[in-house]
Amino acid sequence: MYIYDQYDQRIVDERVAQFRDQTRRYLAGELSDAEFLPLRLQNGLYVQRLAPMLRIAVPYGLLSSAQVRKLAHITRHYDKGYAHVSTRQNIQLNWPVLEEVPDILAELASVQMHAIQTSGNCIRNTTTDQFAGVAADEREDPRPWCEIIRQWSTLHPEFAFLPRKFKIAVCASEQDRAAIHAHDIGVELLPNAAGELGFKVLVGGGLGRTPVIGSVVCEWLEKRHLLTYLEAILRVYNQHGRRDNKYKARIKILVKAMGVEAFRDAVEAEWAQLRDGPSTLTEDEVTRAKSFFTSPPYADIDGKDAGEALAARAAADPIFGNWLTRNTHPHRVPGYRAVTISLKATGIAPGDITDRQLDLLADLADSYSFGELRTTHQQNMVLADVEETALYSLWQRLQKAGLATANIGYLTDLICCPGGDYCSLANAKSIPVAEAIQARFEDLDYLYDLGPLELNISGCMNACGHHHIGHIGILGVDKKGAEFYQVSLGGSQSKDAAIGKILGPSFSQDAIPDVVENLLATFVSLRQGDETFLQTYNRVGIEPFKERVYAKAD
Amino acid sequence: MPKLIKQDTICSDDWLAADAASDQVAQHHFPTLPQWRAATGRTLRTVQLQPGDVVAELADALDTLDIIAVDFPVLTDGRGFSYARDLRERGYRGELRATGHFMPDQVHYLRRCGFDAFQPADDSRIEEYLRQSRVFSEQYQASVDQPLPLFRRREAQAG
Repeated sequence: MYIYDQYDQRIVDERVAQFRDQTRRYLAGELSDAEFLPLRLQNGLYVQRLAPMLRIAVPYGLLSSAQVRKLAHITRHYDKGYAHVSTRQNIQLNWPVLEEVPDILAELASVQMHAIQTSGNCIRNTTTDQFAGVAADEREDPRPWCEIIRQWSTLHPEFAFLPRKFKIAVCASEQDRAAIHAHDIGVELLPNAAGELGFKVLVGGGLGRTPVIGSVVCEWLEKRHLLTYLEAILRVYNQHGRRDNKYKARIKILVKAMGVEAFRDAVEAEWAQLRDGPSTLTEDEVTRAKSFFTSPPYADIDGKDAGEALAARAAADPIFGNWLTRNTHPHRVPGYRAVTISLKATGIAPGDITDRQLDLLADLADSYSFGELRTTHQQNMVLADVEETALYSLWQRLQKAGLATANIGYLTDLICCPGGDYCSLANAKSIPVAEAIQARFEDLDYLYDLGPLELNISGCMNACGHHHIGHIGILGVDKKGAEFYQVSLGGSQSKDAAIGKILGPSFSQDAIPDVVENLLATFVSLRQGDETFLQTYNRVGIEPFKERVYAKAD
Repeated sequence: MPKLIKQDTICSDDWLAADAASDQVAQHHFPTLPQWRAATGRTLRTVQLQPGDVVAELADALDTLDIIAVDFPVLTDGRGFSYARDLRERGYRGELRATGHFMPDQVHYLRRCGFDAFQPADDSRIEEYLRQSRVFSEQYQASVDQPLPLFRRREAQAG
């Protein structure tokens, strides 16, 4: 992974000093609330319902074991002993005290971490595939490019007061595991006609109040132009994005208003001024970025033998077999797998993890996966490089810690924002809804029979739970002061990206498990062969689901 | 007279914010872009831009201007940051003055975008503006005051 040099370290150290001074001045009454607001937001600090919430940046989801141990220490010492993995692969603390935030940032800086630009109207954490570098379907490792974007976007002087937040995602594989169509900018590494890899650039995707799938602004961009081209897009947005209405301020609204052709012309005009300038990437810089993401010292393993031994183990212990099938993923190196650790056990808020579990995962990363861990935008964690022969002992240790729920990609692996329990923006709670669904569908055999299914819950229009792109989406809405839930179907975050369609009138919280059960029963009755929920839905449309759900409700 | 920061020192001069309501340019007031446009022969040597103004209008007149002021009506409207870089990239060498409701903690970024004079609407905290102007000694990006991005300087150091 990327290791700071003296320059990176100096920048985060000076950032800590800056925020310490800003906090001091705020508490002394020298900075007004209005002034402190953007400053604290750009350091990841929200003021929430019960306490401030601090969002810590995890650049493109990559963590070392030392960083994970530091996070465990911080949650224990400054918070209530648990942390939360967000849908931007970041880590959130729910109970820090404002006065101690500068100290938390100093602790983070000591392990090359920070909270820079994890909220506010600026460029946020760049996200990518949680299987970057190990996926079998990868064209090139996206992480060096994410790091190049991270450095360019960190404390960028021109783009700290944008009309609205700005999110960039990078994908470099056949299957899109980074949801690039739902980002302000989505970048895909892909070959041109001559076979040379470059970037396809999508712009104006996004969720929130007006969900939009991104449009192609550039079919293929030479790699060295990445930063000047991004800068041109941001400059057009910063000058022309709406600032009169925060719900119309995202770049997707600007792209829609201008039309993608006119938007592209504006970007090209800005780019003409920046193109081939000093921010053009050099071979040396790309080589330097790539040098941090080389393969770890993999053992030379006979993949066939290892696979057979594993199959025998799975047959002898079907509970392990379930976990092996659902929670491990093919690896490009024979004899290895990537392991997803489910943070979706029933009864625990999706994405939450305790200090002890963090410490354990750090130890497991050291023992089994070259000392590295990853966070995923589905709010789980990953050990990316585990030898197949070690999977059984790893599983046993995870099981003891309550971290072996075998549900990755299935209904109960649901994505959920913190909701009304914590968030002051939320219209409704989301965690109890998630728990009620998990409790209703605890039978693993039934879950596996339903096949891959993504269920996403957001407590409000801001869509932190990405409800629009869930196969089943649930959105908390406010109806005359009461919490209700709107259900949508058919969303998708993959390359066939789609925005879900609203089923009909909203439901009370108690009704949601029944509604989901009816949706699933409709699916099961209409399913042909091994169809997934999404395939059946795409074939039959929303009507049969609607009929069943609302017939029962009458 | 209003206080401002120029060349890292606190000073004062008699320039005041533009008066958009008037057809005439009042003495000591910056002209607005429409007022500057209306003046014949490019006799006005200053102008004050507002968010929404088209910077490119000044493109051919940059060497006739001594001061371009860019106004920040609210601290969260960041358009002026792009205007400043755009003006400098187009070759403007005169004074670029931030005016209005920006805050001390923005001076560092403003300076990096090409501003070299800072005239806050409320000058009672002017020392704080000066104090916050250089809180970082290193930066990743190319910018007006450091045209080489860090990666090129790293390379130069590595030889």
